[in-house]
Amino acid sequence: MADTATSLQRTMQTPRSALRLDLKRLLAPAVGWIAPLSLVVVWQASASLGRLPDSLLPSPLAVLAAGWRLTLSGDLPRNVEVSFLRAIAGLVVGGAIGFGFGLANGLSRVSDRLTDTILQMARNIPHLALIPLVIVWFGIDEAAKLFLVALGVFFPIYANTLHGVRSVDPQLVEMAKSYGMRPLELFSRVILPGALPSIFVGLRYALGIMWLTLIVAETIAAQSGVGYMAMQAREFLQLDVVVLAIAIYALLGKLADVVVRALERACLAWRPALHGD
Amino acid sequence: MSLAEAASPRRAAAPARAAPLRLRAIAKAFGDKRVLRGLDLDVAAGQFVAIIGRSGCGKSTLLRLIAGLDAPDAGAIDFDGTAGVAPRVMFQEPRLLPWANVIANVEVGLGARRREAGARRRALDALAAVGLAERAADWPGALSGGQKQRVALARALVSRPRVLALDEPLGALDALTRIEMQSLLETAWRREGFTALLVTHDVAEAAALADRIVLLEDGAVALDLDVALPRPRLRGSPEFGRLEETILDRLLGPSRNA
Repeated sequence: MADTATSLQRTMQTPRSALRLDLKRLLAPAVGWIAPLSLVVVWQASASLGRLPDSLLPSPLAVLAAGWRLTLSGDLPRNVEVSFLRAIAGLVVGGAIGFGFGLANGLSRVSDRLTDTILQMARNIPHLALIPLVIVWFGIDEAAKLFLVALGVFFPIYANTLHGVRSVDPQLVEMAKSYGMRPLELFSRVILPGALPSIFVGLRYALGIMWLTLIVAETIAAQSGVGYMAMQAREFLQLDVVVLAIAIYALLGKLADVVVRALERACLAWRPALHGD
Repeated sequence: MSLAEAASPRRAAAPARAAPLRLRAIAKAFGDKRVLRGLDLDVAAGQFVAIIGRSGCGKSTLLRLIAGLDAPDAGAIDFDGTAGVAPRVMFQEPRLLPWANVIANVEVGLGARRREAGARRRALDALAAVGLAERAADWPGALSGGQKQRVALARALVSRPRVLALDEPLGALDALTRIEMQSLLETAWRREGFTALLVTHDVAEAAALADRIVLLEDGAVALDLDVALPRPRLRGSPEFGRLEETILDRLLGPSRNA
């Protein structure tokens, strides 16, 4: 009886609360854009009023114009594509190796003893310190960028995969074993899903390091890419192109974050904390 | 689950599914601490045995040995020649996979037979038997503590075990939910006819459910009591009260007399 009454009440409330929820869902992401948009408006206003000389910081409209110009000439799409592919390639290579070592060392004591110490030692070297060495080894070839990005993303993915595998609830593992789960199934149904939240944390860190590494590598040792485009523009005092490059990095970073969030929502739907997100 | 269902006689075919259990000179130590010292116990097929005792008396250790989660240091555990007995365990915690929905968690109980035709049907039936059919698609995180334990019970029962080991599965539940769960457990046991071994620290729970109450003390059986009360048992009855009193006296003996 009580159940029926409650569910009836719930049904009656649904349309209204659903509408409010929809509005909330539509407005929530928009709120996040208020601050960056206001900044652009203030920036443009200062430039238009002559308070901000072009030689110091070009106006947003000037940056947009530069973007349009470079899009028409094909320079911008080409460089963005080059940078994007470098970032993804480095992430895939470094991430896969880090994930592999993280799983191996989380699951196998032997593997952990053999490799963890040296990996933890290597972790304390800032990977960007290797740039001079990398230039000697690879020149300013694609391999140099791939190596640096892969090295940079390796550690956060390794450390968080390892932590995730190790922190899987041993009670769940025991339960699964007592129900006769075979090692492969135990891995795919218990250990990997249990480690996934931590792996995502690693992925987010890795994305930040990925862009950082790429920007530095492209400004120092490259002949294409967004970073190279910015350095070239600085030589010719084209500040609008420099600012454009910075804005593109910001947008690409945001894009990566959006993709990871969507992945997280799909893979970690079971987590109550993500429902309100 | 209605009263009529709970009171119905046990099926004649049921005991054939259950397996008897025989323990001989079981010993288990953790470091210097000898938890079980030469314990002998025989359990008839289909019997409901409650194992009680003070904290640290070795009752959970004993259950883990029976369930095959740990190995004894010495002694033999066998199911009296009955082949293919895979004792199922219901733990104190529900231990549901939080990333699998309720029905998938029940299917875990089918083991390798999860991929057989009709597996989903069996899991749904088991879930319906604990009254949670409509929650099949929910995440475990959306269930209450009692509902989670009911899913764990469905998971334990879906493979129709011949021996079910229960390690204080109701210990963390509130009093009302616990009584509900007890009658659910009793109904399942009457319907399926498995051999049940229930570790509990709750004397009333043991008195309400068990055919036989085994009291562990210093790693061995200190008291072995047959419970002849008719089912379903009325907690308020004088016999029930006397039984509870007997066990409590034995458990608290020295301190009560002091």
